[in-house]
Amino acid sequence: MKTFKIGGVHPEEHKLTANKPITQIPLPAQVSIPLSQSLGAPSKLIVEKGAQVKTGQLIAQGESFISANVHSSVSGKIVRIEEVTDASGYRKPAVIIEVEGDEWEESIDRSPNVVTEIALTKDEIIARIKSHGVVGLGGATFPTHVKLMVPPDKKAELLIINGVECEPYLTADHRVMLEKGEEVVTGVRILMKALGVDKAAIGIENNKPDAIAHLQKLSANYPGISVVPLKMKYPQGGEKQLIKAVTGKEVPSGKLPADTGCVVNNIGTALAVYEAVQKNKPLIDRVVTVTGESLTNPSNFMVRIGTSVDYLINQAGGLPTDTGKVISGGPMMGKALTTIDSPVVKGTSGILLMSEKKSRRVVVQNCIRCARCISVCPMGLQPVFLAQYSEHQMFEEAEKANIMDCMECGSCQFTCPAGRPLLDYVRLGKNTVGTIIRNRVKK
Amino acid sequence: MNTTILYAILTLSLLGVFSAVILYFIAQKFKVIEDPRVDIITGLLPGANCGGCGYAGCHALAETIVKTEDISNHKCPVGGNDTMKQIAKALGLEAKETEPQIAVVRCNGSRVNAPSKILYNGAASCTIAHSLSAGETGCPYGCLGEGDCVKVCLFDAIYMDHEAALPRVIEDKCVACGACVTACPRSIIQLRNKGVKGRRVYVSCINKEKRGTARKNCNVPCIGCGKCVKECPFDAITLQDNLAYIDFNKCKLCRKCVTVCPTGAILEVNFPPRKEKSDSTETIASAETV
Repeated sequence: MKTFKIGGVHPEEHKLTANKPITQIPLPAQVSIPLSQSLGAPSKLIVEKGAQVKTGQLIAQGESFISANVHSSVSGKIVRIEEVTDASGYRKPAVIIEVEGDEWEESIDRSPNVVTEIALTKDEIIARIKSHGVVGLGGATFPTHVKLMVPPDKKAELLIINGVECEPYLTADHRVMLEKGEEVVTGVRILMKALGVDKAAIGIENNKPDAIAHLQKLSANYPGISVVPLKMKYPQGGEKQLIKAVTGKEVPSGKLPADTGCVVNNIGTALAVYEAVQKNKPLIDRVVTVTGESLTNPSNFMVRIGTSVDYLINQAGGLPTDTGKVISGGPMMGKALTTIDSPVVKGTSGILLMSEKKSRRVVVQNCIRCARCISVCPMGLQPVFLAQYSEHQMFEEAEKANIMDCMECGSCQFTCPAGRPLLDYVRLGKNTVGTIIRNRVKK
Repeated sequence: MNTTILYAILTLSLLGVFSAVILYFIAQKFKVIEDPRVDIITGLLPGANCGGCGYAGCHALAETIVKTEDISNHKCPVGGNDTMKQIAKALGLEAKETEPQIAVVRCNGSRVNAPSKILYNGAASCTIAHSLSAGETGCPYGCLGEGDCVKVCLFDAIYMDHEAALPRVIEDKCVACGACVTACPRSIIQLRNKGVKGRRVYVSCINKEKRGTARKNCNVPCIGCGKCVKECPFDAITLQDNLAYIDFNKCKLCRKCVTVCPTGAILEVNFPPRKEKSDSTETIASAETV
């Protein structure tokens, strides 16, 4: 079975919610929709305090090249425009809407039937994806319409769909593949048309045999689409690792996937693309896995963007008394929240309630020169030295040692027997070297 | 004598002479001609190589001074005015007298004033903690207490008061080299004049949030009310972005602003204790000095 060759680790799966179907929950009383929910510049607000909005209405416009539109996920009145604490730990501007009923924009098709015929042209598809605020739902939230506009000097030949979900605990993508398989396959076909490719490969890890079988059946009528089972390994969901696993090609250092002819999109993004193009529905909700060993009702909820994490935890049975950390995302790359009043945003794939015992870091000791971090790094880097360079302000050496190639997966820190905070220092080094490089280019 | 030994001695001696000649010519060809004054000036400098003057070590500063024949823009914070006077005398130049300065930590969000709402359990670095969240207190401008400033000090002049979770500057060790100023990711530490008799008055806060938000996380923030600006008889205080700033060049140490500040954000250092009736809302507003 295929997988990527260099590095990788095997954290325990903890897929507690793999068999829990996607559940609708009642609408909350209030939502807080941040204006910055994608990579790139924050979007510009186009509505005012006091305005009545409908579900699916555009409330903020992306202005720069890399930015995305933001839509209201509920109907009601905008009561405040203020700052809320998001997963970054800092306060960012957001629109607070008091929910009144659930009135949708008339142009959105809410019927449940799956529309498989693709009526729009390639350019219309990309324009629709842009106007409906679709961003990468794998976690990076890169605006999808920008990813689909491959630069003229590169050619896209293969669309790879990321159904890997390698993070422990998270099962949102798994349930989407099982319960909305037809929509997903149609979304894949739409993406193929937008890119102008006739081949697509859906990568799924072999801990999800039901999803593999289901999508193989649904894609049987479309010869260009193949399902590729992959041997379980973290971080197979990283796009460079996925490309290597599926095609055997390696993305050169500093280059993009398009340089190998591949474009990678998440399964959730494929579903969002289907809804935008076939049902005219902007990105206003997503599946969020709320999980943790001490939760009474761990589930996969269909959540409106802007719902508070607090509300979701209550829907899952309430905050367990032994909770140490509330993590947005998975235990490997997720962010520990500083307050459960934070809203769910487009990039929130899961909420993990980790027990106090598991949350504490181990005591940091000296490096024992075991080189395990080097053997697990999926990008072939040397985390022990990168972390050392960053800690001792040797940024020139860090740049030469390819620190900018680090994808921040955390495999090094996960493996280190001395409990050293390798990823923390490498991230610090990356931020500083990134600034140095940007200032260099400016001159 | 045995001819083998004789030949061995001769060969080695010739090799030695040959190497010496080569080395002599190479030494002459690649000789670095340096103004002898550079070495004299380097000798006058303290030799700490701290970088506080802005140059890569004492020798580099000496080189620049001798090359430009000008010391008006240079200052050795470790040697201070005495060293600059000596250098000026050695080169036949005029030395400028400058005020001695000291690092001042403009945050008083101790564990009592700004209690922790969450626990940061990550890598012990302020820069890393700063990139992850506003911090344990919730104030996005406040001190994080992990000690990046302490790590960079070459003069042992700053230490972490772990009970308060704030750094404390040791007055007679700090040479105002500026290393801690650069190290702090939130620019909480500033260089200010040591002041007459070591006395200074400063706003111990850099929070730019509106008054309500600032008070949520701390008891002694600057809320930008502007009372100090109105009170100051010397126009030394300016208000910008909900934050007051005392210009230490204009401040005459009258301490009227300290009395009038409603939150106790303005601190006075090294003054004799005041004879005043005790205030029931006494906050922990006086900075500890060592």
